[in-house]
Amino acid sequence: MRSDKESQAPVWLKLAAAGGLAFLHLPILLIFLYAFTTEDKSYVFPPPGLTTQWFAIAWNRPDVREALWLSVKVASIATIIAMVLGTMLAAAVSRSKFFGRETISLLVILPIALPGIITGISLRSAFGLMDIPFSIWTVILGHATFCIVVVYNNAVARFRRVSGSLIEASMDLGADGFQTFRHVILPNISTALLAGGMLAFALSFDEVIVTTFTSGQQQTLPIWMLEELVRPRQRPVTNVVAIAVVIVTLIPILAAFYLTRDGDQVAGQGK
Amino acid sequence: MSAVLNSGNQGVTGRLADRLWRQPPVLLLSLLALPLGWLIIVYIGSLVALLWQSFYSIDEMSGLVVPEFTLKTYGELFTPSNLDIILRTLLMSAAVTVACAILAFPIAYFAARYAKGKWKALFYLGVMMPLWSSYLVKVYAWKLILAKEGIVTWIFAKLHLTFLLDALLSVPVIGGNSLSISYIGTFLVFVYVWIPFMILPVQAALERVPGNLIEASADLGANSSQTFRNVIFPLALPGIVAGSIFTFSLTMGDYIIPQIIGSSRLFIGQAVYAQQGTAGNIPLAAALTVVPVVIMGIYLTVAKRMGAFDAL
Repeated sequence: MRSDKESQAPVWLKLAAAGGLAFLHLPILLIFLYAFTTEDKSYVFPPPGLTTQWFAIAWNRPDVREALWLSVKVASIATIIAMVLGTMLAAAVSRSKFFGRETISLLVILPIALPGIITGISLRSAFGLMDIPFSIWTVILGHATFCIVVVYNNAVARFRRVSGSLIEASMDLGADGFQTFRHVILPNISTALLAGGMLAFALSFDEVIVTTFTSGQQQTLPIWMLEELVRPRQRPVTNVVAIAVVIVTLIPILAAFYLTRDGDQVAGQGK
Repeated sequence: MSAVLNSGNQGVTGRLADRLWRQPPVLLLSLLALPLGWLIIVYIGSLVALLWQSFYSIDEMSGLVVPEFTLKTYGELFTPSNLDIILRTLLMSAAVTVACAILAFPIAYFAARYAKGKWKALFYLGVMMPLWSSYLVKVYAWKLILAKEGIVTWIFAKLHLTFLLDALLSVPVIGGNSLSISYIGTFLVFVYVWIPFMILPVQAALERVPGNLIEASADLGANSSQTFRNVIFPLALPGIVAGSIFTFSLTMGDYIIPQIIGSSRLFIGQAVYAQQGTAGNIPLAAALTVVPVVIMGIYLTVAKRMGAFDAL
């Protein structure tokens, strides 16, 4: 219960909160402006003129296309692996109590809780020790490892809400284990899984730190961008790629939010 | 539904599934085996391999790794230049954490106590979208903003305050030729990139403060600043500590932001990257990564005592 007097925020607080949100959003919006600038040698503000030519130029660049395609491939495969592993783990943890259950939660979170550089260099040194050559699969291996946690988090929260009696009823009615999974459990957890999968995709699509350690010649889109950031050569193309990355990662996030908005835990809190 | 009812338990898969279901330990094991195997072999295995190599050393003459157990590499951490790197990283992480806490609090407070219905969802998305936006794009945006010819310089010029910017940049150590190659720039970008990780746990902690507690405080004669100091803030503190775990750890492990926006002086992450890459000194790189792991270990222990994990 709150009194009426309290339901109105003081002006300074409103201003501070609005200012904070502006601080969070304006920098990203600025990139959208820069994608239309006619200036291609510097980051001069305000832009001397506006043009849409860079979108066509970026789209026709073979290196950008290849990087984009590789990122989509890596993110898709890593997401599928993470969804399978994360769901299995969540099912096990939520269905029963067993020795070491708490340790599993910690183990899943570790790849994302420790700084990415540690995950990256560990994987790299392990690949080195075992003479595994870098390939798209070493990149996927790393990505799947830290994507498990987002799928797991979403699935575990939902599994808790699927009541055990529903599963027992299904078994009593003569369904076997797979049928129960297919017709009872899966429909109940599907939106949570989908949300988890989308977050995993966004996480993988954007990942750069672990990728720099686990890729050889392979250039994902973030790696391509990183090179442009360190040594800017084609500023206008980079602006367009930046917008593309923002949009490709935001669509799954919004979808995941929409899918889980009625739940007790909304997706995406544990990046 | 009828499909479920009519089909009996025929076929190999059906019988197998039934058997699994009737024997919970077997079901549990078969569910756990694959994901746990993956995490333990791929992840824990790699971590152990890394830790192992930190006890090797590098032969200075040949530049090759000598696979013999030694503490020599850990000794190298205490050379003045490496201590410098560690200290610089810790100071930056602490400064970023404090700034994030101060900036995040009003946003979290407003979202938790005053925003309702549509506004609440909007605030939530307003924090989530920057959190999940591409890390590199965010860093890139700041490269545009802080560039010498960029928008910050332009705004200062329009307001006839260029002398202020120049004064700020002429401060020794934290200043520089332009914002994009100074510590101020690095600091700003770190704060920007990690602040959502502070807002979310603080907001969660504030939302758990019961409204009647605040009313009770007011009934007992406390004015609003006293209520804030003695009731709200202590209850929000675990949230701040929880957020600080992220901001501190993420700043400490980052090597891309200081490489793109900042002076040429190294942070731990950059040193690790340089040691394992161009220098080929995996043992020293491994020993350097142990530093943030140990610091975070201590940090987490203290945070746990303060009840921060309940606020996650």
